Amino acid sequence: MEGARLSLNDLACRRGDRVLFRGLSFELNEGEALQVVGPNGTGKSSLLRIVGGLLRPFAGTVDMQGSAGLVDERPALEEHLPLGRALDFWARIDAPAPPAPDLGLDSLLDVPVRFLSTGQRKRAALARLTRQQAPVWLLDEPLNGLDVQAARACEALVADHCAAGGLALIASHQPFAAPGLKQIDLMDYAS
Amino acid sequence: MSVVWALLRRDLAQMFGGGRRGGAVLPVLFFIATAMLFPFAVGPDPVLLARAGGGIVWVAALLAAILPLDRLLAPDLEQGFFDQFAVRGIAEEAVVAVRLLAHWLSFGPPLMLAALPAAALLGLHGDTLRTVEWGLLAGTPGLAAIGLIIAALTVSLRAGAALAGLLLIPLAVPLLIFGAGALSTGGASGLAFTAAISLLLCAITPFAGGAAIRAAREG
Repeated sequence: MEGARLSLNDLACRRGDRVLFRGLSFELNEGEALQVVGPNGTGKSSLLRIVGGLLRPFAGTVDMQGSAGLVDERPALEEHLPLGRALDFWARIDAPAPPAPDLGLDSLLDVPVRFLSTGQRKRAALARLTRQQAPVWLLDEPLNGLDVQAARACEALVADHCAAGGLALIASHQPFAAPGLKQIDLMDYAS
Repeated sequence: MSVVWALLRRDLAQMFGGGRRGGAVLPVLFFIATAMLFPFAVGPDPVLLARAGGGIVWVAALLAAILPLDRLLAPDLEQGFFDQFAVRGIAEEAVVAVRLLAHWLSFGPPLMLAALPAAALLGLHGDTLRTVEWGLLAGTPGLAAIGLIIAALTVSLRAGAALAGLLLIPLAVPLLIFGAGALSTGGASGLAFTAAISLLLCAITPFAGGAAIRAAREG
């Protein structure tokens, strides 16, 4: 995960005919994590999708070194497959994928994804993310649906990731604990 | 390469394994059922059926092509698969190209097999049956390609499934004219034209489909 870097330059985001935020600039280097806060609808998710290359910015540029891994509200796991086989698909795509971290998923591997709860799906998505070995983590509301224990595990994952030289951009309105975590409030950039 | 193989493996497992894309079985059964209805409707006159039979097989194939459309791409977009591919740098075009191959494999060859019992029901033999089979081989890739383009274009629409069926019919008319036309002229030129249209459609599908999926994501 050498040389991961993310810099946003004068970024603006428009959805429909509303400009959600403008003039957003920041830089993240390896080992750093940034939490984007702000009320619903201020463009936290849109910001992550712009950084991930899924939306075009209305203005400004995103410069990213290293590949990105995304966790959002959709786990991208086959509903009818057992969890283990659904995760295996992504392991084949991300080959060579290291073993998944312990997120309490072992007993769920033969349960079809459609029977999993919101929190269990989120944990599965986090397992998929860690096996992807992407230096840039984009986490959209990573704590949604997680119980206290799993939330701590998620924060620990982010801390480990940053300690290993990765960087993380976290959009969440919930308190998130990670060493050296910086914060920006998108309300400051609303137009 | 391993990515393409992983994608193809998943697509084929979904289409043949009774997965959520309706599987390969449903369009085939629908195809046979449609071919079976005509003798009931027009009467058991062997001369009439033998004359119209080839065209009936083509119409049945076209209708069967409508069935899988709404499951081809929409579930993947809803569940975030395309977003995950995109952040990994896997182009939509590649995903669509692989999906086209898997879709044809689950649609073309089974339909050609099912054309045998359908031909028996309609009293088609010998040269006519051979022309129908060659025609299906030349035409089903085109039908699969049109279906995939339409599925990509309607992927973000609420009434996409109904609209997709309506859109496919006019776009498939050239295939039908040359494919079924080869039956009456008995020449290879109709089949060659059908194959040419299919090739063209297959060539543009990844690009049209990829652009449509990106547009759906922005919307």
